[in-house]
Amino acid sequence: MGRIQLKQVKKSFGDVTVIPPLDLTIEDGEFTVFVGPSGCGKSTLLRLIAGLEDTTDGVIEIDGKDATALPPAKRSLAMVFQSYALYPHMSVRKNIAFPMKMAGMDKAEQERRIASAAKALNLTDYLDRRPGQLSGGQRQRVAIGRAIVREPAAFLFDEPLSNLDAALRVGMRMEISELHKKLDTTMIYVTHDQVEAMTMADKIVVLQAGVIEQVGSPLELYRSPRNKFVAGFIGSPKMNFIEGPEAAKHDAQTIGIRPEHIEVSTSEGLWQGKVGVAEHLGSDTFIHVHGVPGCDPMTVRVGGEIPVHHGDTVFLNPNLDHLHRFDAEGLRIQ
Amino acid sequence: MATQHSRSAARLMMAPAVFLLLVWMLVPLSMTLWFSFRKYLPLRGGDLGWAGFDNYVRFVTSSAFWPSVMTTLLIVGGVLVVTVVLGVLLAILLDQPMWGQGVVRILVIAPFFVMPTVSALVWKNMFMDPVNGLFAHLWKFFGAEPISWLSEASMQSLIMIVSWQWLPFATLILLTAIQSLDSEQLEAAEMDGAPPLARFFHIILPHLSRAITVVILIQTIFLLSIFAEIFVTTQGSFGTKTLTYLIFQRVLESQNVGLGSAGGVYAIILANIVALFLMRIVGKNLDA
Repeated sequence: MGRIQLKQVKKSFGDVTVIPPLDLTIEDGEFTVFVGPSGCGKSTLLRLIAGLEDTTDGVIEIDGKDATALPPAKRSLAMVFQSYALYPHMSVRKNIAFPMKMAGMDKAEQERRIASAAKALNLTDYLDRRPGQLSGGQRQRVAIGRAIVREPAAFLFDEPLSNLDAALRVGMRMEISELHKKLDTTMIYVTHDQVEAMTMADKIVVLQAGVIEQVGSPLELYRSPRNKFVAGFIGSPKMNFIEGPEAAKHDAQTIGIRPEHIEVSTSEGLWQGKVGVAEHLGSDTFIHVHGVPGCDPMTVRVGGEIPVHHGDTVFLNPNLDHLHRFDAEGLRIQ
Repeated sequence: MATQHSRSAARLMMAPAVFLLLVWMLVPLSMTLWFSFRKYLPLRGGDLGWAGFDNYVRFVTSSAFWPSVMTTLLIVGGVLVVTVVLGVLLAILLDQPMWGQGVVRILVIAPFFVMPTVSALVWKNMFMDPVNGLFAHLWKFFGAEPISWLSEASMQSLIMIVSWQWLPFATLILLTAIQSLDSEQLEAAEMDGAPPLARFFHIILPHLSRAITVVILIQTIFLLSIFAEIFVTTQGSFGTKTLTYLIFQRVLESQNVGLGSAGGVYAIILANIVALFLMRIVGKNLDA
């Protein structure tokens, strides 16, 4: 059980409004990701749900009950922090047991849950170590273990992977997704990394300056972004935006085309430009093409290798089925 | 990092400081040891030759010896308890955001800058005087009989004065330790359902254990040798004669340097016993 509903929730710090009134519903069992650039209010929103910050206005309902004034401990939510926030003077076992000890659960049940959490998270051999003796990934798992033993209505993750190195991040991403499939509990996950959002989420909430720009499934957001901000934020590398006469041909202020929807040719094409930096990843090559009118540089993705060099002239053919058109306000034209 | 050459150069440059420190320590220590075996009465004939272990036996069998050891330990222990407990509470209080924080912090630290002699005299005359003291007025205001603090409650008064001096030190060290506590840990404990008191005992206090150890060890070093506060208040009467004060009386009031020096050696032994116990009890907190 974990349906979370925000109704006209507002947060101000003094005169500064961080989150203007906002409505959002997170369904039971859903993996929701809050994504946005730094300072967009996504962490604040999570902390409002957790109860670590007071709402200035509005109502937060958990499972249909008003939880706005409830203290964090009474909301049956568990949180995994960016710094993991493990208790350094306690062993892994005691760290995981702490919320159960606070709830006054009996010892046998505590032991049983610790054992099952440790097994699920590969921590059995480390139960008697201190957090300081563990690697980053292991600490991350302890933090998750401490969250799951409480069997909460929902998990809150506050940028949990940002302190891990790239390889570990990919692994933990999968583990958390796997955990969600297994537990089938509501999860809210905050990140600034759109790749994490795309790969893990059932539902993505894109935030900018405290305002929800769009809510939808990863592919919905990718295929039909509501506005220029979402279009630019979702997808990697970024969508190319073209302004000026080229956009006017399509009756739009700006047109957008993703790097993967442009074909490169050395002989003919719609647009012409000079090759700048080419990033060879083996599986793909990202070419930055300079000199395309209205967009400089334009990023193009080419599958595999392509024999072009810095300074070569290339022609670009956009796939017009995947062209996005935006009006003067930046909203997408259907 | 260091080459053979730079290491020997470093040794050469450190030598004067090491030499000076060694001399500063060794000369008084060996003189104390030397005098403790001599019969040395400055006003009654000077150095009168070897005394064997006479001084040691006389010092330890004197009726004042064991009470003075007890008094010393009581003052050290009392002040440690008061400063650590109040220091933790004050540090938590000062860590809260409040108006005029900078000024309040300076005010809290101020007593540490007052010389022991001065602060003890201020306490004696301004607060504890049974006729004109502020406490006497307070007691009279509530219709109670004023207490003559330094004679009726001499140990408590002394512990109060010394604690007042050392509280800022404890508070300062504990405050910096509290400020280094990761706030996410407290929030995590809050999410985990720990009420404020449980958060204090399970998170804050363990985090402070190293700082508390430092406070205890440093304060013990200085409190074992407190002297000025006793000298200007009770002069060692009313059961406030510490080992340090007893040695002072033997050397200067009885003019018996040999006997005093033997006391000095006992004081060294006592300090080492205390240090041994402290390291056994709290020393493990210093391991990373």
